[in-house]
Amino acid sequence: MYSVNYHRATSVADAAKLVKSGDAKLLSGGMTLIPAMKTRLAAPSDLVDLSRIKELQGVKVSGKTVTIGAATTHYDVANDEKLKKACPALAHMASLIGDPAVRHRGTIGGSIANNDPAADYPAALLALGATIVTNKREIGADKFFKGLFETALKDGEIITAVSFSAPAKAAYEKFRNPASRYAIVGVFVAKGKDGVSVAVTGAGDDGVFRSKEIEAALVKNFAASALDGVKVPAKNLMTDIHASAEYRANLIAVMAKRAVAAANV
Amino acid sequence: MSDLSLMVNGKRVSGTAEDRTLLVHFLRENLGLTGTHVGCDTSQCGACVVHVDGKAVKSCSMLAVQASGSSVVTIEGLANGADLHPVQAAFKEHHGLQCGFCTPGMIMTATDMIARHPEGLDEATVRAELEGNICRCTGYHNIVKAILAASKTMAKGVKGKAKQAA
Ligand SMILES: Cc1cc2nc3c(=O)[nH]c(=O)nc-3n(C[C@H](O)[C@H](O)[C@H](O)COP(=O)(O)OP(=O)(O)OC[C@H]3O[C@@H](n4cnc5c(N)ncnc54)[C@H](O)[C@@H]3O)c2cc1C
Ligand code: FES
Ligand code: FES
Repeated sequence: MYSVNYHRATSVADAAKLVKSGDAKLLSGGMTLIPAMKTRLAAPSDLVDLSRIKELQGVKVSGKTVTIGAATTHYDVANDEKLKKACPALAHMASLIGDPAVRHRGTIGGSIANNDPAADYPAALLALGATIVTNKREIGADKFFKGLFETALKDGEIITAVSFSAPAKAAYEKFRNPASRYAIVGVFVAKGKDGVSVAVTGAGDDGVFRSKEIEAALVKNFAASALDGVKVPAKNLMTDIHASAEYRANLIAVMAKRAVAAANV
Repeated sequence: MSDLSLMVNGKRVSGTAEDRTLLVHFLRENLGLTGTHVGCDTSQCGACVVHVDGKAVKSCSMLAVQASGSSVVTIEGLANGADLHPVQAAFKEHHGLQCGFCTPGMIMTATDMIARHPEGLDEATVRAELEGNICRCTGYHNIVKAILAASKTMAKGVKGKAKQAA
């Protein structure tokens, strides 16, 4: 790792000031950034640690509205009792990220800022129609995720929270790579007052996306059987050493079916 | 460079380290606690697992300065003198190790897992919880057996001092 200067921010305002120095980067759980610095894929001059800022921590549920602070760990999301009632699908999804030690440190803000094409949270937030709140503005999930490792965030902009309205039904199904355990295909389905939305991670050439074919079938009938015979096109899906685009296309339909079945339980 | 002050295995430790120093290197090189191992570059193997403020974390993926103000427990902090911690004793009893390289991380993961499951553990849960710990030797079978046995012993309320250390 190259030399770096560490700063521990005490508030979002403090972090916003500190992140202006040199080629600084925000540090949250460090589960992506520190490994990247070790291999010198990232070499910030300064790190601004957000993980001790109280105002960025925790899950709030008020009526149907769920708000999750950016520095809330995957472990805390997975185990939050209020969230398990309001949106059990999201708590379950968080329990499937990486391993226990990764979940103890990795955070929702870091995960969505990084926007790994195989990360789990982007699928959930896109399907839930979530709003990403920063220290500058609010951004809809559909405008926030912009392709592989790209987001609408400007330099130094800090995610403070995400919020969404709890859906009537939702579920997440993940087909894992047997070695890395990241999603080869992950499908989050949500049925709310604005209809049905189905978001796919791990598969798109351009990152997370909504599957129109699956949504069209489910709008008519929110049942696993409604997906019998539904074909997802392989166009714009990833082909890599783990799976071909055609295999991923088939997996999307299979995972969507399982997710709908789980959401209907 | 930053000044660090943290608790390690119940003792106050102060020191200076470069900001880029990983927690695992601080423990091994500055404090001589070489029980915590480094087995990979990719945050995947779990040989480096320690507890920070009561939670299992990968000390290869955290800066030492991030842990300043925290309380760290390493494998060296589990036994009470010559009395092994129940998880250590179970690994010995059930032959949960061969070369031993992964063992400190396995044991720190196991003590954290047992603490988070006061209702008890079953085999499927133990295997899922071991996701982030890789062993090249044992085939995991005896590790799983050891953890299940230790969780039973600890639930029976064997309240040795070693247990409190975890
Ligand atoms: C072994 C292993 C397995 C994993 N498995 C999975 C998996 O199965 N699924 C999955 O989804 N992920 C997985 N991950 C990634 C993990 O979820 C990380 O927690 C996540 O990608 C990054 O979150 P972090 O808090 O650690 O962010 P950091 O590593 O601290 O930061 C990541 C990036 O986000 C930026 N950032 C952080 N916080 C903010 C903020 N509040 N505002 C703006 N920018 C910010 C940082 O500057 C940095 O560029 C895995 C990681 C490891 C090491
Ligand atoms: S050395 Fe930390 S996970 Fe491998
Ligand atoms: S005992 Fe050798 S790596 Fe696990």
